[in-house]
Amino acid sequence: MKSKAWTEKFMRGVFFIAACASVLAVALICVFLFANGIPAMSEIGFLDFLTGKMWKPNNDIYGIFPMIVGSLYVTAGAIIVGVPIGILTAVFMAFYCPKQIYKPLKTATELLAGIPSVVYGFFGLVVLVPIIRQLGRDLGFGGNGSSMLTASLLLGMMILPTIIGLTESSLRAVPTQYYEGAVALGATHERAIFRVVLPAAKSGTIAAIVLGVGRAIGETMAVIMVAGNQARMPQGIFRGIRTLTANIVIEMGYATDLHREALIATGVVLFVFILIINFCVALLNRRDSRE
Amino acid sequence: MSSKSSSTQAKGVNEVTLGQKLKSYTRTPGSMVVMLLVMLAAVITFAVLIFLIAYILVNGVPYLQPSLFSLEYSSENASLMPALINTVIMTALSLLIAVPFGIFSAIFLVEYAKRGNKFVEVIRLTTETLQGIPSIVYGLFGMLFFVTTCGWGFSILAGAFTLSIMVLPLIMRSTEEALKAVPDSYREGSFGLGAGKLRTVFRIVLPSAVPGILAGVILAIGRIVGETAALIYTAGTVADIPSSVMSSGRTLAVHMYNLASEGLYMDQAYATAVILLVLVVGINTLSGVVAKRLTKA
Repeated sequence: MKSKAWTEKFMRGVFFIAACASVLAVALICVFLFANGIPAMSEIGFLDFLTGKMWKPNNDIYGIFPMIVGSLYVTAGAIIVGVPIGILTAVFMAFYCPKQIYKPLKTATELLAGIPSVVYGFFGLVVLVPIIRQLGRDLGFGGNGSSMLTASLLLGMMILPTIIGLTESSLRAVPTQYYEGAVALGATHERAIFRVVLPAAKSGTIAAIVLGVGRAIGETMAVIMVAGNQARMPQGIFRGIRTLTANIVIEMGYATDLHREALIATGVVLFVFILIINFCVALLNRRDSRE
Repeated sequence: MSSKSSSTQAKGVNEVTLGQKLKSYTRTPGSMVVMLLVMLAAVITFAVLIFLIAYILVNGVPYLQPSLFSLEYSSENASLMPALINTVIMTALSLLIAVPFGIFSAIFLVEYAKRGNKFVEVIRLTTETLQGIPSIVYGLFGMLFFVTTCGWGFSILAGAFTLSIMVLPLIMRSTEEALKAVPDSYREGSFGLGAGKLRTVFRIVLPSAVPGILAGVILAIGRIVGETAALIYTAGTVADIPSSVMSSGRTLAVHMYNLASEGLYMDQAYATAVILLVLVVGINTLSGVVAKRLTKA
């Protein structure tokens, strides 16, 4: 009996320590990023670094404003493309899909989530870029196809599985009575879904969108392959753009000294963006659960 | 299964033919528009997926030549075999670290922690944070911590540790959800029969949560196999089979990125993309089968 109680206590301790791992990881990431990034920022000047419109490492000019704007634009584009399609597809999966084809379609969305971002990037490079190039020329905007629009479309595709999967499961978590009650009161199938079930699944859906935002803003390889990566202010949706993530990967390979630290500082800015997004979600969820 | 589509339940109550359905839609045009939008969205999603896969298969399969699979990488054959082996090692190592931590911490959160515990809230916040962190930030951190501070250099080990932190929240989250989905009556039944907490967790709760946990692990494998940004500056881009976990090696995804961005080996890049896709499909199918078998047993 005694040894059993001891085992119980010991394993409880093991579980507790395991639970601490994620806290430790976040702490370490914060410490190491900030310790390496902040000094460079203060050397360059916080304002010059964040709002400077020139990125010329050769002349020791480090302004990442174009990249900040670039990241925000592509993410917004991805949301415009991906969120409506994603949520509607989730509704289809949960409420419209005929039983016989549900399984293959579910597998398909899981597959979509499993496709590596390099493969998406490659697909964008060989398929989307030529299409957008042609479209840009036909519409008289020019550009060589590697553009903000291409990156937005590709990212929109990439966040689909995240949004579909999470939205669908939160739709399914809503008690069936909600739907039945609405239909019993005379609502159509659609009205019951979009006015009763979807609002009830709000927090899950918002979480899905935010995860999508996170994936879009942090996506690196796919964006590098299709966005053109010019380190200048965006000049239209058919023109090239560079994101924060691309900035790091492209130049880290050969950067030294202040340049290298400026790239780490770019990572810090990205990290702060993510922290702000997470904080908003935490607030939203908290308010949601209190209601 | 309470999660079965609610529409099927509703259908049982008032069976309608397609004609009646269409007729009722003409009376509510708003609903019809919404229905059509839903259908359109679903068609777009699945058309995109089918097109993507078909395009890569059609263009890549013809280039799957034996030279692609030779054990030595050279600038002539652009072999993907070393990268493939690296990917397997990397996946195994990362899971070895992340899966125990993920499952154990989820057990703590669901089974042990008291409701409203402040520490639980902290953990939840940090997992959410980890989940949102882009892979390139993990890459930067891995470079600063494992590569430089720990002094491991560009190595498989540094890459695996970086990836294991990256997939930890994924495994934690899915295990948590799976554990929560286990009805409390299971636990009560187990306690009622005299089982202790630990026995209840390992013999009753965990086995019924296996499919959910596996789903998380599958997602994790998918992320590891497809990861590039977190690996370029932690595991490096050497295109050979590593002699130990301390040597640098590129995984298949990194290999693929290098081929595509160099632009010299486009045919091989298509073929590599095929292998990556097949790998992902294979993993998903396999674990689907395993999950099903385990639930039956």
